[in-house]
Amino acid sequence: MQTPMAAPNQTDGGQDALVAVSGLTKRFPVLKSLFRQPSSFIHAVDDVSFALAPGESLGLVGESGCGKTTVGKLLVKLLEPTSGGIHFRFPSRDANGGSGEPVDASEIRSTDLRAFRRQAQMIFQDPYESMNPRRTIYDTIAEPLAVQGIGSMTNRVDRVTEILTRVGLTPPSSFLFRHPHELSGGQRQRVAIARALVIGPSFVVADEPTSMLDVSSRTGIMSLMQELAQQYGISYLYITHDLAVARYMCHRIAVMYLGKIVELAETEELLRNPLHPYTRALLSAVPVPDPRFRRDRPDILGDLTLPIDPPPRCRFYDRCPVATDFCEGNPHPPMEEQTPGHWVACYEA
Amino acid sequence: MITPQPDHHVVIGGPSGSPEPPLVDLHPGRSQMAMARARLALRSFRGGWAIFVESRIGVLSLATIVLFALMAISHPILMATVWDAEVYDPVTGYAFDRLEHPSPPNWRHPLGTDPLGRDVLSQLLSSTRSEFILGITAALVTVGIATTVGAVAAYYGGLVDSLFMRLADLIIALPGISLLIVLSALFKLNLFYLALIIGILGGFGGTAIILKSQALSIRVKPYIEAARVAGGGHSHIILVHIIPNLLPLSLLYMMFTVTGAIFAEAVLSFLGLLDLRMSWGIMIHTANTGGYLLGGTRYWWLIVPAGASITFLCSAFYLVGRALDEVVNPRLRRHTA
Amino acid sequence: MATVREAPVLEVVDLSLRYQTRQGEVQAVEGVSFELAQGQSLGLVGESGCGKTSVATSLMRLLPENAYLAGGQVKLGGTDLLPLSDDEIRGYRWRRIAMVFQAAMNSLDPVHRVGQQVIEAIEAHRMETTLADARERVARLFRMVGLDPQLMDRYPHEFSGGMRQRAVIAMALSCDPDLIIADEPTTALDVIVQDRILRELKVVQQELRMGMIYISHDIGVVAEVTDRIGVMYAGRLVELGDTADVFRSPMHPYTAALMSSFPSVHGERLPLVGLAGEPPNLIDPPAGCPFHPRCPYADDICRTEFPDRSFRGDNWAACWHPLDASPLSEDRQNQDF
Repeated sequence: MQTPMAAPNQTDGGQDALVAVSGLTKRFPVLKSLFRQPSSFIHAVDDVSFALAPGESLGLVGESGCGKTTVGKLLVKLLEPTSGGIHFRFPSRDANGGSGEPVDASEIRSTDLRAFRRQAQMIFQDPYESMNPRRTIYDTIAEPLAVQGIGSMTNRVDRVTEILTRVGLTPPSSFLFRHPHELSGGQRQRVAIARALVIGPSFVVADEPTSMLDVSSRTGIMSLMQELAQQYGISYLYITHDLAVARYMCHRIAVMYLGKIVELAETEELLRNPLHPYTRALLSAVPVPDPRFRRDRPDILGDLTLPIDPPPRCRFYDRCPVATDFCEGNPHPPMEEQTPGHWVACYEA
Repeated sequence: MITPQPDHHVVIGGPSGSPEPPLVDLHPGRSQMAMARARLALRSFRGGWAIFVESRIGVLSLATIVLFALMAISHPILMATVWDAEVYDPVTGYAFDRLEHPSPPNWRHPLGTDPLGRDVLSQLLSSTRSEFILGITAALVTVGIATTVGAVAAYYGGLVDSLFMRLADLIIALPGISLLIVLSALFKLNLFYLALIIGILGGFGGTAIILKSQALSIRVKPYIEAARVAGGGHSHIILVHIIPNLLPLSLLYMMFTVTGAIFAEAVLSFLGLLDLRMSWGIMIHTANTGGYLLGGTRYWWLIVPAGASITFLCSAFYLVGRALDEVVNPRLRRHTA
Repeated sequence: MATVREAPVLEVVDLSLRYQTRQGEVQAVEGVSFELAQGQSLGLVGESGCGKTSVATSLMRLLPENAYLAGGQVKLGGTDLLPLSDDEIRGYRWRRIAMVFQAAMNSLDPVHRVGQQVIEAIEAHRMETTLADARERVARLFRMVGLDPQLMDRYPHEFSGGMRQRAVIAMALSCDPDLIIADEPTTALDVIVQDRILRELKVVQQELRMGMIYISHDIGVVAEVTDRIGVMYAGRLVELGDTADVFRSPMHPYTAALMSSFPSVHGERLPLVGLAGEPPNLIDPPAGCPFHPRCPYADDICRTEFPDRSFRGDNWAACWHPLDASPLSEDRQNQDF
């Protein structure tokens, strides 16, 4: 089994982090108008920091609307952050293969953007909507190569054929000229993976790639993604609502709640020893495929809300079963390292 | 310790799916790629055709359009072979064989002659070609402009969008036929200019708004984001992803524009405002200026052939459009798909 | 037939459903039989396209236009529902059988108050209520599904997704049905909300002694809320038995594969075992056992003859080579197929 490099420090990211995120914030105006300044903002991502080592897979877990997809889109520059920094240190493409120069995401301009796209890719959630229905599988997978002018046409055909074989769509010639609607969900998601990997990225944001698949194809996609990560040395930011999937896919898991990371730890540590009350609730709410297993009842209060101009106190205060007066009167708790590598943002943990 | 152990996953080996026989057996070269694409295009055309032919009205209308197209082709052939230009030219001809004009249908002039002694059938056939040229040019201009404007406005949004949409509002607020009447009074409008004006008004007007709203729903699809992550620029996304997905709707509006253009021509010609050699509208205009429209059904051959042609060709294009709608828009399909 | 201890609420015998499509006839449901006692809950699990939702819509007779019932009986309290006229069946829907489906939370009318919509459901099916009685009943239903009765006079947009789904469940319970069919009612919801709704649904179902058919692709959910479980594959019921027994030692290889490909957050981190290939095309299903192309144990008889039922106690599986009664977890440690 391959051991990823030592998990980097949660905030400073260490020197050899592939991706280091510090104080990342994204706000969306609630009411957009031509004539008025927006007065309210959704704090979709609020002061989020983490780092990802080369070859590591980090899970970003949370309920819908917690900002996990926004983080993913910020990292591949589909969105621009309101504030905060994202730094990449991609492996250089020359022979010795060492780490390249650090890149500040905010400095990437149109000329560098293409080079950036070769390193950072994304796999989308919906295998039905993430492919242009009028384009063939070849067109879809070759798109990154074609728009970036990589290789001659025969060379592109070779590369597409090879990656189709790698993702298990064989024989490749029978898939090249099909349309997405002729494929099953699992096959389409394999095409989506091929499209993301054909250009040889070192960092891939995977946004719930298995949540719309059936169980039997889901396992195949999960193990395929792991094999490919090992083979090509890819790091994933694996976004999911499903802790069970994250358990199998990720070295570490970060739990998000309303735009904040509330807990970050190595996977088994987080599942066995959750410190944040939200993580505990999330864990105990997952149904267990074993009728004899009696799980704890999650003791969380109320319903999920939208983080529109949230009060400065702990984001989880309103639903927290262990909140105290101290929590009410103080700002959102900072991330603190409780045990080595296990970070949590809670005054009561 | 870090725990995920990818080698824990065991997947049963086996075929993934049951692919149809391969379309290309060998390593595809450039020509084989082109062949495969041509085959795909043919297959999707066949699929669409199969749905289209289920609509009886659609097939009937398409047959009508083909019939008119044959009529348009037949005129130059007849003129070159059996019809003497001095007698049968639609504008300058004169039927010397008749003493009185307009004369009712007879074996030499199956649809009779007009008040100026010209053969009505010849006029009808030669007009057909103009109507096709007018309708198709106007439709191409309309849809070319509307597709581009719709895709660009939807993709960029903001100021570009606001500008185009306010322009569209302005054009919709203008009374179209009145505007054409004014323009034709100011300029000499021939067939080509008329087609251009109708095309521009339609293209920047209502059709642009409809295609833009469709483009908006395409713009928010995840495959647009996927194309951006792939490194695709603005022009790539508009040309490769938005416009091809707009084309089915564009095709539909082409059909509707043809109908509108032929109607507009008929109205303007009837009012005598266009600089055309011959058209169905002019035929009715000629009958009207001679006072024969008031004669009831006595001089029916002066009005009915042209009037019926306008009605049939316009309805045919419109109904083909409606039948295409069912091909293009699966939600309208009957529950057989 | 299995021996009947008490008269079952629902008895489904040899139900078959077909869809007419352009490509051919889809055998969506084929020879499905099961029964449900009062107060019992049955889970139907399987992958998308396996026919589990088609079973539910057949029970309610809410079939799309291109579907037809090819045979079988659906007996509710002894009456076969399938031969009934549309008017007669309407008397059974809601009053005797209620259904909550995945998108149900979006089926609330946005312009009417939620409580009013529940009252309308009551009034449409039970004539005797006065408004005060109806409101009292709605308040009781709201409390039952964990909603504050004061929310009765709010509009759907003021509810979260979970609250709307609860309101729909309250509506389904409004006429005291004998049977409630829940088709993926929590699939679109987050786990914490799902957990609460499952708990409430289970309590209500047991309190009211309703029969429940719970359809889901999530075997974790089914394990928690049902007494019995039916596994469907390619339109057929391939295994049926007591939930705890089936989970402990599944008989059908497909059931075993489903369970071992399901990740869990609790307990040991067992290896996941996937299932290669795709479910068969139901227009032309494979001969013999429909699972044979993906089954590691398939041999000649599996390829030619549909399997008889193998029994273990009350549980059965349609398989020629049912798995041993060894606990699954041990089997999983060293299985390598």
